[in-house]
Amino acid sequence: MATIRMQNISTSYCLKDINLTIHDGEFMVILGHSGAGKSTLLNILAGFVGHSGDLYFDEKRMNQIVTQKREISYLHQAIHLFPHLDVFDNIAFGLRVKGMSKGSLEKKVSEIMETLHISHLKSRYPKNLSGGEKQRVGIARAIVTKPKILLLDEPLSSLDEATAQEIRTELKILQEKLHLSVIYVTHTIIDAKVLAHRVVGLNRGFIEYIGTPQEIFKN
Amino acid sequence: MFKKYILNFLLLNSPIFLFLIIWELAGRIAQTPLLPSFSTVIIEFYHLLYSGIIVENLSHSFVRVAIGYLLGGLLGIVVGILMGMNVMIERSLKPLISLLLPIPTLGWLPLMMLWIGINEALPITLIFICAFFPVAYATLLGIKEIPYEYINTAKSLGASSWYILIRVILPLASPSIFTGLRLEAGMVWKTVLASEMFAIPTGIGSMMIQAESLIRVDIIMVSLMLLAFMSFSFEKSIYWLEHYATKNWR
Repeated sequence: MATIRMQNISTSYCLKDINLTIHDGEFMVILGHSGAGKSTLLNILAGFVGHSGDLYFDEKRMNQIVTQKREISYLHQAIHLFPHLDVFDNIAFGLRVKGMSKGSLEKKVSEIMETLHISHLKSRYPKNLSGGEKQRVGIARAIVTKPKILLLDEPLSSLDEATAQEIRTELKILQEKLHLSVIYVTHTIIDAKVLAHRVVGLNRGFIEYIGTPQEIFKN
Repeated sequence: MFKKYILNFLLLNSPIFLFLIIWELAGRIAQTPLLPSFSTVIIEFYHLLYSGIIVENLSHSFVRVAIGYLLGGLLGIVVGILMGMNVMIERSLKPLISLLLPIPTLGWLPLMMLWIGINEALPITLIFICAFFPVAYATLLGIKEIPYEYINTAKSLGASSWYILIRVILPLASPSIFTGLRLEAGMVWKTVLASEMFAIPTGIGSMMIQAESLIRVDIIMVSLMLLAFMSFSFEKSIYWLEHYATKNWR
């Protein structure tokens, strides 16, 4: 639910002069090999790493804004559910940070767990979850706070294709339902074909191509 | 089922039973006050307990250990957190702690006797030193081993530095902190015993040194058994605390 504009974004070690606009509610997939700069781009959007150039969310300059105030959610490749919290508390983490009342918090967490079919996992700890279950819990934790921007770093890369396909479908439905702006980093073409409104190809820190999946993959 | 349990218990503890039998036999054969039998030591233990001597001395030692361990452990955790959260503090304090950590606690005794004098503060200070350095180091290591992705995830969910410290960093570093506390839980009892032997007229160590001057080997052995029991109990208590705090997720 935010328009992102990157203007001459560069880092000393990776990205070179990135100019890119991601529209409000757009699902943008960033494709590229290892070392192309995909994760660095996500880290810049999240405010984890420094950069030159300017970054705007809804035309507000974000360069000096700390991560906590960017209204983003970031899902890492390895999910990183907090191992000391059960599924409910993992999902509720961001809501507790916001100081939400117990009743509203329980309602919201229950709703998102139902949507992602993980209600039965409520009291389990991450060590007792399968790869697919961890992904669903990670997605639930990332979107329950209704972020403006959802950043996903190869979230399906460690899953078998059947589970990945299921989660892809659920992710697409959720993104459309919540009208989220999503930046999804991957090296898998199928993710781009199924999920993306537009695809950006990154190579050695440069944008090599940009377009809809139809435009990109017909060539 | 019960028979199997008893058999397992006997088998597992057979070295202890064997040791006690040999001790008892050796004491009875030797017939000298320098090697009292196990049963003689137990009878003396009962006398000392009944007369209140053990309770009085043990409570003195216990209070010293509790105060020194609690203060040293808590300050160790705080300093470890400060070093783990701030690179400048880590860079300035870590070399100093790395230098002081290997010094055996009793190596501080002569210096502390001159600085503090022979009073209640001496054993407490030594126990404080014994607990502080290893716990500070263990806390620092525990924090440094946390993958940065957990911190970044918490930040992206809006958590402040304070919230991240309480809800993410401390729980994830707790296994390492508990290891530091557990390792020193036994050491602090050795430290209190030694400092009481050298300098303080009350406590288990003092009871032991007085027994030595009276050539009462049975009392020395009672004191050693008490030391072993208290070290073991302290270490086990921390172990169970750790187990209780982390059993669900480790």
